[in-house]
Amino acid sequence: MTMTSWTQRLRGHPVRPPSSGMTRRKSLWERVHLDPWLLLLLLVLMTAGLGVLYSASGQRIDVVIAQGIRFLVALGGLLVLAQLLPATLLRWTPLAYGAGLLMLIAVELVGDMGMGAQRWLVIPGVIRFQPSELMKLAMPMMVAAWLSRHELPPRLRDLAVCALIIALPVLLIARQPDLGTSLLVGAAGVFVVLLAGLSWRFIVALAAMAAAALPLLWMNLHNYQRQRVLTFLNPDSDPLGSGWNIIQSTTAIGSGGVWGKGWLQGTQSQLEFLPERHTDFIVAVLGEEFGLVGMLAVLLLYLLIILRGLWLAAKAHDTFGRLLGGAIILTFFLYVFVNVGMVSGILPVVGVPLPLVSYGGTSSVTLLAGFGILMAIHGHRRFLPR
Amino acid sequence: MRLRRDTLKNPQQELRIFRARSLLAALLVVTMTGLLMGRLGYLQVVQHEVYTTRSEKNRVRVEPLPPTRGLIQDRNGVLLAENRPTYNLMLIRERVDDLEATLARLEALLALSEEEAEAFRVRAGQRQRPFQPALLMSDLDEDQIARLAVNRHRLPGVEVEAQLLRYYPDAEIMAHALGYVGRINADELETLDAGRYAGTHFIGKTGVERFYEDVLHGQAGLRKVETNARGRVLRELGRTAPVPGKDLTLTLDKELQTLAYELLEGRRGSIVAIAPKSGDILAMVSAPGFDSNQFVTGIDVASYRGLQEDLDLPLFNRAIRGHYPPGSTIKPFLAMAGLAEGAITPEKTIYDPGYYQLPNDSRRYRNWLRWGHGRVDLERSIAVSNNTYYYSLAHDLGIDSLHARMSALGFGQRVAHDVYGESGGLMPSREWKRGRFGQSWYPGETLSVGIGQGYWQVTPLQLATATAVLANRGEWVKPRLARRIGDEPVPRELPETPPDIVVENDAWWDRIFSGMEKVISGHEGTARRTGEGLQYRMGGKSGTAQVFSLGKDQRYNAEELAERLRDHALFMAFAPLEDPEIAVAVIVENAGGGSTHAAHLARAMTDAWLLDEEAQPDVDTLRETLETDDGSVAGN
Repeated sequence: MTMTSWTQRLRGHPVRPPSSGMTRRKSLWERVHLDPWLLLLLLVLMTAGLGVLYSASGQRIDVVIAQGIRFLVALGGLLVLAQLLPATLLRWTPLAYGAGLLMLIAVELVGDMGMGAQRWLVIPGVIRFQPSELMKLAMPMMVAAWLSRHELPPRLRDLAVCALIIALPVLLIARQPDLGTSLLVGAAGVFVVLLAGLSWRFIVALAAMAAAALPLLWMNLHNYQRQRVLTFLNPDSDPLGSGWNIIQSTTAIGSGGVWGKGWLQGTQSQLEFLPERHTDFIVAVLGEEFGLVGMLAVLLLYLLIILRGLWLAAKAHDTFGRLLGGAIILTFFLYVFVNVGMVSGILPVVGVPLPLVSYGGTSSVTLLAGFGILMAIHGHRRFLPR
Repeated sequence: MRLRRDTLKNPQQELRIFRARSLLAALLVVTMTGLLMGRLGYLQVVQHEVYTTRSEKNRVRVEPLPPTRGLIQDRNGVLLAENRPTYNLMLIRERVDDLEATLARLEALLALSEEEAEAFRVRAGQRQRPFQPALLMSDLDEDQIARLAVNRHRLPGVEVEAQLLRYYPDAEIMAHALGYVGRINADELETLDAGRYAGTHFIGKTGVERFYEDVLHGQAGLRKVETNARGRVLRELGRTAPVPGKDLTLTLDKELQTLAYELLEGRRGSIVAIAPKSGDILAMVSAPGFDSNQFVTGIDVASYRGLQEDLDLPLFNRAIRGHYPPGSTIKPFLAMAGLAEGAITPEKTIYDPGYYQLPNDSRRYRNWLRWGHGRVDLERSIAVSNNTYYYSLAHDLGIDSLHARMSALGFGQRVAHDVYGESGGLMPSREWKRGRFGQSWYPGETLSVGIGQGYWQVTPLQLATATAVLANRGEWVKPRLARRIGDEPVPRELPETPPDIVVENDAWWDRIFSGMEKVISGHEGTARRTGEGLQYRMGGKSGTAQVFSLGKDQRYNAEELAERLRDHALFMAFAPLEDPEIAVAVIVENAGGGSTHAAHLARAMTDAWLLDEEAQPDVDTLRETLETDDGSVAGN
């Protein structure tokens, strides 16, 4: 069986246009294929995020404006992606995955060094691009596409193919080296498999294998990666070196108390004790200035987004859409969990930004693109007669 | 076939599987979010206090605010020690874009020599805490400050910092009396109260600066500042103001002190002047002096070695530590002792054949005048400085009585209230000799003491003090350097003042004073040249101190000896006779012929203190007089 053969077949998949057979008048939201609730939640989060960013950047309005422009661009992307038919998405999936894979190989060969790691692909004068960002979406799409070919739960043979689909990019990204991103990209694929109904026996067996592989992983870690783990286990071992970040971030959060020190009043953040405070550690600024109340509010916002996302995924019309939508939203949650867990000191330091709050263009675009896909999946569902 | 399988998919089962799994996922998401919330609750509620403390410690730093050191002024309010702002060139490396270019630019701007530039680079390269300014150069001159100010915009990270530094406007003249401050050394650091001296880098090392360190220093304050992670101060959160040191008004008179220093210029010696009634030390000079400002910032090794190896011992404070045989200057004191003990009366005379012999001893103790002064009474004995009279008197008194009487005048002990590092001199006694040499006292030694020779050693301050007590007719007022501490006047009566000297007949003082007046104004006085044109009545007494012992009966020509082997010239005086305002002791090392040199200086001092501006002594004229007069009047 070739890849083209089944995608060609999918192209002929009978998808009825939403207009046909409909008697109900469609709302504006339905016509633009957007979910108003999810969009509203995202906009609230992004607005709050800009407010925190203003404080975290040392009250630099230019940083906030730059981030706002990125948000607008990314929202535009979301709007465009939401118009795609799930069938179109499916058709492009192998192309996107293949291109991503090729670019990762290109990075391996000619990649640009940035921050001591080979992550960027540069076409001089045109663009700097991180292929791993593309993979964050292309990977779950590919796995979902593969698994939706057959009836669920997946068979062993399909699982083996999925393992390959997941492993190739993960290994390439890990070689850059970017262990954090590789694990997150891998997780996106794994989520698809789990949602597809991987049997519990497999899950237990895989977990056991992963546990067994930990020492092997440890031996293959770079020194700085090992240092991060060791620091996580005991931050006070090197308070001015690698432990500094985590000591300062927990101090910032803890000193915020219930009500926080007030916007722009966080001494840890404003006095530059907090490192990377407008990127990966921005949640510490939030915790310091808005306290437990602010933290709970933001976590609640994330929770609502995730639950709404899961709800949308569950209501998708086909398996591909459901699996992809579910994986996208669970990956989103994983980012939140890893970031907040790291900054509050219950996970080792991994370079993961707080979704839609941390400063950074690429991640916002990828994330909102994911939500665009989620809305496309939901917005184009078939309206089955009741 | 595959198509068939696709169409045969069971959508209901797939939906069921997905719903089950996503429900599980939702539960997991809620649980894990709950875990995060729990962690945040633990940090922000349970551990809140711990982290609040930690964050406060992070940002708040306590900085000491050193107090301003009290000023020192003379009795008329002339500043003797002040705090001068000096400007230091500081470099904050974190704010410098291109260190090499900045240093090169600074070197060109400040016109540094190669040597300076090298030291400059060494200091710039020293490890520092981040954002801690490094001292590149201290004490910039105005020209350099101006050039830095003009180019400021081109020199980011370069700052000019003001610091108060002790400065002595008349350093050489005042060096010994005032002392100086210097950087706190490791030993001092251990004994100092760290809180009081927080942020202070200087401490009084000698002199007034040392004795009144407690008063002058004050109390350090504190300020709480907020700093950022790089240690940069952002704002002040609170402060306890430092208590500045108290200003000190001294008894010294700067003009008189300056005159005394000029009088001794080119000489080694000391002049001490005391106001007898108040005990005020009006002038206290040791020559040569030195530039005490050099010691404030730290003197360089070569200059220090130069001062130390100088044969003239400029660092040696002769006024309070120089030990000199008093010579004949103590004859008035001995006369008083004799009167008090009944060994002589004012009218009693002796016949001087030119020498004195102890009973049953053939050795002749010589008068300075070979052929003798003939018949000598009390007043004449002082005026002509007759030795034989005092050999006889000393013999009659005996060493025990002599020791007691002279000790009562302060000899052999520290006399001043607040003079740091004062030496007690040496007033010999039987006990002292036994302790020192393990020998008994010989009667011949009493005779030596009788003319101020032998073991007896005095400091210029002691001689001036005894003169003041004599001028006061026996009333003791402790000499002091401080007149007012802050606003508090130093009382006339001070603790541990020796008892006054009381004699049966008050007229005896007048007889002694009369003898002392004849030294200066009498026709055969040893210092009669000095009395020419005197506008008030003055009493004095000359003395010479032999630098080394000459064989008996051997006379020598002072000029044949190396300059440094000549006798020391001494003179003590007070004036006006009837109501003394000033008592002076002058010692000029290796001057030769006491009555001439030292007496002229003493009179210049009393003139300066007692006369109007028009009649002030002129140092240049005086120096000419000294040259023509040298040795022309023989005398002791």
